[in-house]
Amino acid sequence: MSTTLHPDASWSAWTRDKLLLGLPLREYLRTLKTPFNAVAALILCVGLPITWIRFTQGIAATTNLNNDYPWGLWIGFDVLCGVALAAGGFCMASAVHLFKLKQYYTLMRPAILTGFLGYFFVVVGLCFDLGRPWRLPYPMFVSYGVTSVMFLVGWHVALYLTVQFLEFCPAIFEWLGWKRVRHWVLKLTIGATVFGVILSTLHQSALGALFLLAPTKVHPLWYSSFIPVLFFTSAIAAGLSMVIVESMLSHRVFHRQVQHEDPQQVDQVMVGLSRSAAVVLFTYFCLKWIALAHEDRWAWLFTSYGAWYLVEVIGFVLGPCIAYFVAAKVNSARIARVAAVWTVLGIVLNRLNVSIFTFNWQMPYRYVPSWMEFAVTITIVTAGLLTFRFMVNRMPVLYVHPEYPVEE
Amino acid sequence: MAVSRRGFLKAACATGVVGVGATAARPAEAAQVKRPWMGMLTDLSLCVGCRKCEYACNKANALSDDALETYDDKSVFEQTRRTDADRFTVVNRFDREGQPPVFVKRQCMHCIEPACASACLVAAFKKSDEGPVIYDESLCIGCRYCMVACPFGMPAFEYSKPFTPRVTKCSMCIERLRDGEQPACACVCPEEAITFGPREELLTLAHDKIREHPDRYVDHVYGETEAGGTNWMYISPVPFGDLGFPTDIGTKPYPELTKGFLSSVPLVLTLWPMLLMGAYAFNNARGPELAGAPVNTHEEGGQ
Ligand code: SF4
Ligand code: SF4
Repeated sequence: MSTTLHPDASWSAWTRDKLLLGLPLREYLRTLKTPFNAVAALILCVGLPITWIRFTQGIAATTNLNNDYPWGLWIGFDVLCGVALAAGGFCMASAVHLFKLKQYYTLMRPAILTGFLGYFFVVVGLCFDLGRPWRLPYPMFVSYGVTSVMFLVGWHVALYLTVQFLEFCPAIFEWLGWKRVRHWVLKLTIGATVFGVILSTLHQSALGALFLLAPTKVHPLWYSSFIPVLFFTSAIAAGLSMVIVESMLSHRVFHRQVQHEDPQQVDQVMVGLSRSAAVVLFTYFCLKWIALAHEDRWAWLFTSYGAWYLVEVIGFVLGPCIAYFVAAKVNSARIARVAAVWTVLGIVLNRLNVSIFTFNWQMPYRYVPSWMEFAVTITIVTAGLLTFRFMVNRMPVLYVHPEYPVEE
Repeated sequence: MAVSRRGFLKAACATGVVGVGATAARPAEAAQVKRPWMGMLTDLSLCVGCRKCEYACNKANALSDDALETYDDKSVFEQTRRTDADRFTVVNRFDREGQPPVFVKRQCMHCIEPACASACLVAAFKKSDEGPVIYDESLCIGCRYCMVACPFGMPAFEYSKPFTPRVTKCSMCIERLRDGEQPACACVCPEEAITFGPREELLTLAHDKIREHPDRYVDHVYGETEAGGTNWMYISPVPFGDLGFPTDIGTKPYPELTKGFLSSVPLVLTLWPMLLMGAYAFNNARGPELAGAPVNTHEEGGQ
């Protein structure tokens, strides 16, 4: 608790210790001069003025959205893909806490942090898209549209954000050295995990269920009464894959923090994850066909949309699924990583297919995002990465804090 | 009213709840039995494309000050227009070979069970007691899910307003109705192509017209069953599919589409905790040593 007593004099020590990675300010600033930061700064230089335009001149000034296409890139990518890719948090938390798969322990914290930041920036993205973002709390406190799937999504994302924050709190308290509070929040772990899984099940599927109300707008190959189950299953696949992708990137970017890890063991864990991911993806693949059979949509396969559908389902579901199986079979973490990136691309493709590429397929014209929409999306992703890096560099995310050994 | 009561009884019998039918029926049906819902019937065989309804609508909703003469401009018909933030109704022209064109006035259909209302997470859209589907700007957060949901593509959004963007659509002049007046467009139409009245009466009128003049109309009242039925209905000399009306929306009320999903929510809420806690208890009892070999080299400090 030494660092929590900070009379004026120790403030600067605290700042240096906690925020500046133990370096004097000048030296710390010097470490920031990296190519990555230069690119990030450039992106922010473009993104922030656009943010200003968006909130002072409106959605029309920044996007190509219109009355036929009320949802675009910000919903299709920032929200739908963001939530699906952030599913790793609940997957890992339940693997470790509920199924006691200890070998995933080291992956859990980064997954929860990604989950938390993922959702946080989903909400940020949503604020760009909403006409009156300051009314975001309305469905919680002012007026309840209980017949709406969106109502469910709103509540659950809000609650889940809180749950993930709680789940991540131990890391924050370890960073701050607040032992006792940390001890309290740890007691909530199991409850939070169970609650998190329930919330995730419901809102991951609810994001798909949103489109149940657009049977004439979503293309028949993608519209299905199974869409909630499809979204949920694919979110698990996306979550697991993101965990692999993340571990891959972490080992490149933060290798100093993970140097204590035995690379072979890490590879072993990746292969273990591949096995689960392969099974989940295969289930998803089967569900895709069951959905098609259930609605009897076979004839659509022989259209150009059908070809595109096959690209998604064969090329980006079955493909990575087989890759995962191979990875597990031949014990190759390298193949597992390829499969993971492949899966992530496939899930992104699916969400964009449902919400943008095939949406309004009967309309004579298509929506194409404006460059400013892309710029905002890129800015949000960059902000997410920067925040992630900031926290990982300071808090015990990728390593176990020496003073706080693993306990159950 | 006869039609509705018969339909209602049929539904009640089918579910075996005749005795408690009044309470068990969907609220929309119950309301329909209670009081006559107002509606509109547009007879497309009578519309001459004068666009006076557009003028009256824009005036009534304070959307435009343009003089009546400006609506004589026929060049607007070169394109098919849709409803927009500053026009709640539009008249489009559909040319036919060797025959006079058909003019189609479009606006919100005022669905009996509106998709927009079932989509809205803050209940900003509501089916009013009078029949029109109305919007409360003070609640709307601007998510535009209502626009995604509307099968007729009618609501529009004020994209260019940064601070107070609203969803806009026809309200069937609800204020005028409450003052005992008719909707502005119905009042102004010189050809009496738009008839205002209780929905059931309009439905009877529509079917009578079709029966009396089978040569003048296709045998279809658009809005009788579309998306579960709408309060605004149409009869037409040509198939509705040729006039830009969506014909693939089915007869199921839209709220039904998400009902199955929403009713599975309590199931997940009760079953999941049980299963998950069960899994936890089971795995916990097995002891940490058995459940997956601990692999971390840096865990040695652990208990
Ligand atoms: S036509 Fe569209 S906007 Fe009008 S009531 Fe029906 S769903 Fe709502
Ligand atoms: S845009 Fe407004 S009215 Fe439409 S669903 Fe969202 S909150 Fe409801």
